[in-house]
Amino acid sequence: MNVTNVATTPAREVNYAPRVFDLATTPLRDLNQALHQIADGADEPAWEVLNPKGSHAVAAGVDQPITIEVRGSVGYYCGGMNSKGNITVHGSAGPGVGENMMSGSIVVKGDASQYAGATGRGGLLVIEGNASSRCGISMKGIDIVVCGNVGHMSAFMAQSGNLVVLGDAGDALGDSIYEARLFVRGNVKSLGADCIKKEMRPEHLAKLRELLDRAGVKGVKPEEFTRYGSARTLYNFNIDNADAY
Amino acid sequence: MCGIVGLFLKDKSLEPELGSMLSEMLVLLTDRGPDSAGIAIYGAAEKGRAKITIQSPAPSSDFPKLEADLSKEIGAKAKVTVKSTHAVIDVPTRNAEEARAAVLRLRPNVRIMGSGDVVEIYKEVGLPEAVVKRFDVQAMSGTHGIGHTRMATESAVTTMGAHPFSTGPDQCLVHNGSLSNHNNLRRELIRDGMSFETENDTEVAAAYLSSKIAHGMNLGEALESGLNDLDGFYTFVVGTKNGFGVVRDPIACKPAVLAETDRYVAFGSEYRALANLPGIADAKVWEPEPSTVYFWEH
Repeated sequence: MNVTNVATTPAREVNYAPRVFDLATTPLRDLNQALHQIADGADEPAWEVLNPKGSHAVAAGVDQPITIEVRGSVGYYCGGMNSKGNITVHGSAGPGVGENMMSGSIVVKGDASQYAGATGRGGLLVIEGNASSRCGISMKGIDIVVCGNVGHMSAFMAQSGNLVVLGDAGDALGDSIYEARLFVRGNVKSLGADCIKKEMRPEHLAKLRELLDRAGVKGVKPEEFTRYGSARTLYNFNIDNADAY
Repeated sequence: MCGIVGLFLKDKSLEPELGSMLSEMLVLLTDRGPDSAGIAIYGAAEKGRAKITIQSPAPSSDFPKLEADLSKEIGAKAKVTVKSTHAVIDVPTRNAEEARAAVLRLRPNVRIMGSGDVVEIYKEVGLPEAVVKRFDVQAMSGTHGIGHTRMATESAVTTMGAHPFSTGPDQCLVHNGSLSNHNNLRRELIRDGMSFETENDTEVAAAYLSSKIAHGMNLGEALESGLNDLDGFYTFVVGTKNGFGVVRDPIACKPAVLAETDRYVAFGSEYRALANLPGIADAKVWEPEPSTVYFWEH
């Protein structure tokens, strides 16, 4: 899990000079308050955050179609609840990046810690490095693309959406999964309860192609992945299992 | 919560800055635990000399004549350096065991924080910034060290409930998490001859490791064994005479980040603690795997 310094990755091209917040000199609350106060239709599409140094809740609660470039690594809950925003973290992210994201996108150039995209309802979360344990736990419609590996208990109780893993998955993938679709290109250490390997039908290949394209992944074919999902045996209480409780 | 840090220096030129680097790392994690803080610093070994770190609730009456009283009691020259509520006793290695017993006889209120050839352990109630200032940790040099800032969950906020906990000569332990079987385990360890100062869960983990080591395991084996016997959540960082180690429970929900460069290995509960270290932008940064013992030694 090597991480190179990606703080120098060039920004997306925008036609406006970004509004810059340097967290070395400006309190984090000022940044988040300014983001929350953007009025509908306001002409402030580009933002840049310097020196995050692992701060928590950077750009949480964004509710406008803006672009935010975060230059460095962030702590807990970066981009939490994001709606419509396009956030790029030029570094690594702490626990809960994009938690409960609604729409928009978050790209993490480095690694992500535990429970990336937890409970996410929509939008696209791309982790260009590895994600650790519980990636996509209880996901509810978000699409997550991890270019490296994911840790144990990923997609635990995942309800809907797609988790795409280009590398390997850790123990107990998809434990107690509902209707989310999991696509893994590498090895799966073990599957969790009620999670099984499934056939890859044309609609799955098409969806995967679309997700890889949106995530900017090149040189990887949908056919290289295996699909996993719910066996649906835990949906209803089975009296034969009563002894287990 | 709780915040833990560790720093193991590879580059000798950083040794004079160990105390200030580790202090800054710990202070950066203040909001993970405001109750108490502690730090263990591994300094230079002096041939034939050992150190005992003690703490007193009444330093102004316990410490002033201790040097003379102790030297007389053990029949050898003891040097006592007082730092606020703590004092470091420097004695000839051959008298160290005797000095440990003598100091408790001479000053019954005193508690032993730790002992060994090189370790000094300081811990008190209060914020990390106040604690590191009180003991002038920033000015300390050393080869490696570990630190802890506590948000108490399992026992009272007291000096003795603060971390690090000594697990043996030059060994100590800090913990983020909580153990759920510490009461049973404490009873078993008491039957095995261990004694306890607090109701604290981490003290049980420390005593568990000490007991395993006393029964012939090395520290790595004791930590492996703990993966089976310690039930609960934990990220542990342990300090030893030559290095430090990290182990997380199988669920690994307590956060942990490691960083390594040519000059150091650093541990933090969060990346924040590491963000100001020299060369961090080019460091290898990763999360330790669950149920895996990591060790670095000089």
